[in-house]
Amino acid sequence: MSDAQTQIPVTVLTGYLGAGKTTLLNRILSENHGKRYAVIVNEFGEIGIDNDLIVESDEEIYEMNNGCVCCTVRGDLIRVVEGLMKRPGRFDAIVVETTGLADPVPVAQTFFMDDDVRTKTKLDAVVALVDAKHLPLRLKDSKEAEDQIAFADVVVLNKTDLVTPEELEKVEATIRAINPAAKIHRTQRSGVPLTEVLDRGAFDLSRALENDPHFLDAHDHDHDHHDHDHHDHDGHDHHHHVHPSDIHDVTVKSVSLRGGEMDPKKFFPWIEKVTQMEGPNILRLKGIIALKGDEDRYVLQGVHMILEGDHQRAWKDGEKHESRLVFIGRDLDAERLRKSFEACQAA
Amino acid sequence: MPTVAPLDLEGHCVAAVILNEVPHFALADGTIHRLDNGYKTAQANDGLLAAFHDAAKDRLITGGEDGKVFAVKAGGEVSELASAGRKWVTSVTAGPQGAVAYASGKTAFVRFADGKIEEFAHPRSVEGLAFSPKGMRFGVARYNGATLHFPAAEGKPVELEWAGAHTGITFSPDGAFLVTTMQENALHGWKLADGKHMRMSGYPGKVKSLSWSVKGKWLASSGAPAAIVWPFASKDGPMGKAPLELGTRGNTMVTCVVCHPSQDVVAIGYEDGMVIAARFADAKEVLLRRPGKGAITSMMWDKEERRVVFGSAAGDCGVIDITA
Repeated sequence: MSDAQTQIPVTVLTGYLGAGKTTLLNRILSENHGKRYAVIVNEFGEIGIDNDLIVESDEEIYEMNNGCVCCTVRGDLIRVVEGLMKRPGRFDAIVVETTGLADPVPVAQTFFMDDDVRTKTKLDAVVALVDAKHLPLRLKDSKEAEDQIAFADVVVLNKTDLVTPEELEKVEATIRAINPAAKIHRTQRSGVPLTEVLDRGAFDLSRALENDPHFLDAHDHDHDHHDHDHHDHDGHDHHHHVHPSDIHDVTVKSVSLRGGEMDPKKFFPWIEKVTQMEGPNILRLKGIIALKGDEDRYVLQGVHMILEGDHQRAWKDGEKHESRLVFIGRDLDAERLRKSFEACQAA
Repeated sequence: MPTVAPLDLEGHCVAAVILNEVPHFALADGTIHRLDNGYKTAQANDGLLAAFHDAAKDRLITGGEDGKVFAVKAGGEVSELASAGRKWVTSVTAGPQGAVAYASGKTAFVRFADGKIEEFAHPRSVEGLAFSPKGMRFGVARYNGATLHFPAAEGKPVELEWAGAHTGITFSPDGAFLVTTMQENALHGWKLADGKHMRMSGYPGKVKSLSWSVKGKWLASSGAPAAIVWPFASKDGPMGKAPLELGTRGNTMVTCVVCHPSQDVVAIGYEDGMVIAARFADAKEVLLRRPGKGAITSMMWDKEERRVVFGSAAGDCGVIDITA
């Protein structure tokens, strides 16, 4: 159905009020990057830029009538994207700004579940802006703040100038604990390079896991590989050893699994079953799977019950044929997932 | 053998209509193109999203990204009827006595012929709008059902509930039935006399085009490899009956249907730009136009029943003369 040539990339911007979304949006709209963006916002608010391609839209969460509790989409986005795509020549990409309290899941699922939207656009990445000073408070009083981080591909840890280096360490460790897979950028005044938030291909199976070679290593005990984005202006080394027990108010956890070559006859029924049974608890899922007798890497990603997978590329010479899978979610039984995953390994 | 007079335009055609016997094509950029002793254009919305042919007034009502509502008359006369503000106008329709309704966000507006405007606020977005053929009554498609308003009289609206997102709405020509298109691949109907539900499902795609046949005996729909035509002649509508499937093709989908003004025949437009006409009685098909560049988005028969105008998502529009 979908034609990769003409699918317009969509970036979803989440973050609490005051985290710096508007500042980042203004940069996206005004900086000279040679691309034109259509921006879908809930309210014009403080965007001080006059632009025909800023669309105000009422956030509308629609539950799908298919008996699946987590199958929700943003009805207004379906309509706006369809409208925008009637004149596709006007812009190169779309940015969706969500309200502070928004659940990012329905936004993301819209781009998988609606056929018309999926044909014309593709989700590029979910970017969460986080206020370094206020995050601990946010996590105490809302589940959404945690969800936004858990669901993100890129976390912009903003307003770092308002906290001490120790506080910053702790905040970053908290983010890492919620979402070991996300790329974290420390910034002030949303000063992240736009190339780090736009055109990431985070949901593109052929690109997602290439971009972040260490993303699946997050729970390894090998700190050399720890994937932090070392911004020059940070000017300090941030190796940290925060114990999970130090991190309060976190209900999302990640489960990283690692194994050898998988038996496709066992693995696929297993992953189907896991996403069916545990779907409501799974926020994101990503993996690279080595299938027995298959010369290509198999890459997987999921949102709740939506699961996508495809052959990505041939294993390189000398590359270890191993399988890695990360679940980010709530109430996940890590031990059971690990055992059942390992049971899918080829004999 | 039908002949096609093509008109190749740049952009998505939202509506192809005949106004005072002249073919008019409204594109998504708001330009209105017409073949009126030569090719001419006019400008309506800056970003045209929705259009409705107001047969009683022989005009096209348009709504768009600029938050405005225009009336386009034959000869390219464009007049602004209303402005709803910053938000897009996403749905428009026309009713009796020159009334026009339009939707912006969660509000439905009715503009009466004298220019008076009344607002109808809803808790959720107004997705689709349609006037009842009888009396001053209009319906709103919304999340979890439809709402019927009586804009000329005081009184509570009637709420019709059915779980799911309802995106489009139409009344049967006799006003007995209300049918909505849904976000899922289905239609939902209500028999208005007793509120009885009618569920019409089984479509492989979303239904975006509906057309009542002469006297409302049948309701044709898109969303499948064939035109799905539901029988509405009996008092209980299509319940317990199978629909007709006309013009079935294996490799493409029906995107637009429009019934003939006086016969049980439907013009069917496909994703690949092909147009055929099919007769209900014997499913006989006539090719009207070979595949083109884009999906058929809009069609209309002229009053003389000689011509069908069509528009496509790629801008390759035209007029089919079926008598030639």
